[in-house]
Amino acid sequence: MKNNRRPVGKTIMILAIIFFYLPIVFMIVFSFNDSRSLTNFTGFSLRWYEKMWNDSEMMESLYTTIVIAVLATVISTIVGTISAIGLSKSRKIVQDVVLQINDFPIMNPEIVTAIGLMLFFITLGVERGFMTMLLAHIAFCIPYVILSVMPKIRSLDPNLADAAMDLGATPWQALTKVIVPQIKVGIFSGALIAFTMSFDDFIISYFVTGRGVKNLSIMVYTMSKRVNPSINAISTLVVLFITLVLVAANVIPIIKAKKLGLKPGQLPGQEGRRV
Amino acid sequence: MKRFSQLAVPYIVWAVIMLLLPMLLIVLYAFTDTGNEILTFRFTLDNFIKFFTDPDFLLVLWRSIKIAFKTTVICVLLGYPIAYFIAFSSDKVRNILILAITLPTWINMLVRTYAWIGLLSDGGIFQQILGIFGLGDTELLYTEGAVLIGMVYNFIPFMILQINTSLSKMDRSLADASHDLGADGIQTFLRVTLPLSLPGVVSGISLVFLPAVSSFSIPKLLGGGQFFLIGNVIENQFITVGEWNFGSSISLIMALIMMATMYLIRKLDAYSSGGRKERD
Repeated sequence: MKNNRRPVGKTIMILAIIFFYLPIVFMIVFSFNDSRSLTNFTGFSLRWYEKMWNDSEMMESLYTTIVIAVLATVISTIVGTISAIGLSKSRKIVQDVVLQINDFPIMNPEIVTAIGLMLFFITLGVERGFMTMLLAHIAFCIPYVILSVMPKIRSLDPNLADAAMDLGATPWQALTKVIVPQIKVGIFSGALIAFTMSFDDFIISYFVTGRGVKNLSIMVYTMSKRVNPSINAISTLVVLFITLVLVAANVIPIIKAKKLGLKPGQLPGQEGRRV
Repeated sequence: MKRFSQLAVPYIVWAVIMLLLPMLLIVLYAFTDTGNEILTFRFTLDNFIKFFTDPDFLLVLWRSIKIAFKTTVICVLLGYPIAYFIAFSSDKVRNILILAITLPTWINMLVRTYAWIGLLSDGGIFQQILGIFGLGDTELLYTEGAVLIGMVYNFIPFMILQINTSLSKMDRSLADASHDLGADGIQTFLRVTLPLSLPGVVSGISLVFLPAVSSFSIPKLLGGGQFFLIGNVIENQFITVGEWNFGSSISLIMALIMMATMYLIRKLDAYSSGGRKERD
């Protein structure tokens, strides 16, 4: 084994892994703690899960997070894919300008995007709440979908749609039966990025929300002032959920590829989230 | 097929309204005085004068830049060896390690930061470890150190992944050639490997420095409100005080500082990669 020749590197790596996972493991362990303490484990219990379940504010925030993440993912994936196809056929100048604007939420610090959207809603006089949060999430998710679909479209033969239509397909058929299946991988990883971006978002949601509508991050932020082990409980569920999503996203393509006898492509979970 | 280009029209309209207009609004608000009626604004530089004549605000800005700088330096120093180890592992090990580094970044940042509160609090694991060395009553939580740990924890994966990417792309035969020509391990690293990985370090720096400068949840959770950064000031102006014009001007100042930093980093990037441009 090559690694056995690198004791220093191995030690650094083990320490790094401990550093990355210690807080997560700690949180999971203390979510089962019998007492309120965040430092002494006094015994196993599920009381914090029970408390979480009965805490309407927490359950509502969980509900808001999931509903917004699902809606934002579905809408931004569809709109992003269609727009990316449209843009790829647009004039170069239009494409460049739109992609530049499209990059704003990705390149700008989140707080700037957040403030911009907040001012936008204030100026329009829209009451902030669930709808504004959803609109904001769609706004920052579409760019990631476009960014992950665009390279796949560019690698397609530009005459593909024309060929399909010459052979009698309607434009709609050319789109759904020919183009979309070819860029599936890009659409899929775009949707995955959109989902986790929306699910995890704090800063933008925090600025564009109102009327007590909170997602998970906002709830953790506002509750963090006092010791509340139920936060550990709900966080453990989040960790479990995201891990399942990622495992599914990584395993399904491998199984599919094995069935087809292909080598699995780049796994979505390995691309990192910032582009 | 030209008619497919029409599919982009709705998004062009959307992007202008939802992405471009909000940025213009920040600039508009920053240069106008109070009153949120869109038609009655008056242009002024008062917001900027207020910021630059108040030593408190300047101190907070300076503190934010300082802690972001410290975070970046620590991320480079710790991230480089980790990335180096990953890049020079076998394919299988490398894939597992990259997944191990990436996985936590997909978990909610607030949740991960919150977890540090328990670890750093009085009587927590870290204080107990320090206790072995007789430093058991060192305050950890709600200090600058805690904020620094939180920032490094949240942002170092981006640094590791960027450096790893540029190290993995490196042509291995270059290092072999260097060895064959008589260079020892350290010389090969300093003269061949390190310069070739600099583009990764440079893009890692921008992925760490920029979010660190503007962060406000990490200082709030781990600094406990005593450690105020520029992000907290902006949050305060918008959420608590409701001074949107002043808040916008602070954001604009921050954004300009970031843009200047990005520009410098890009310059460095172009320099270090010898004019060879890989990313746009």
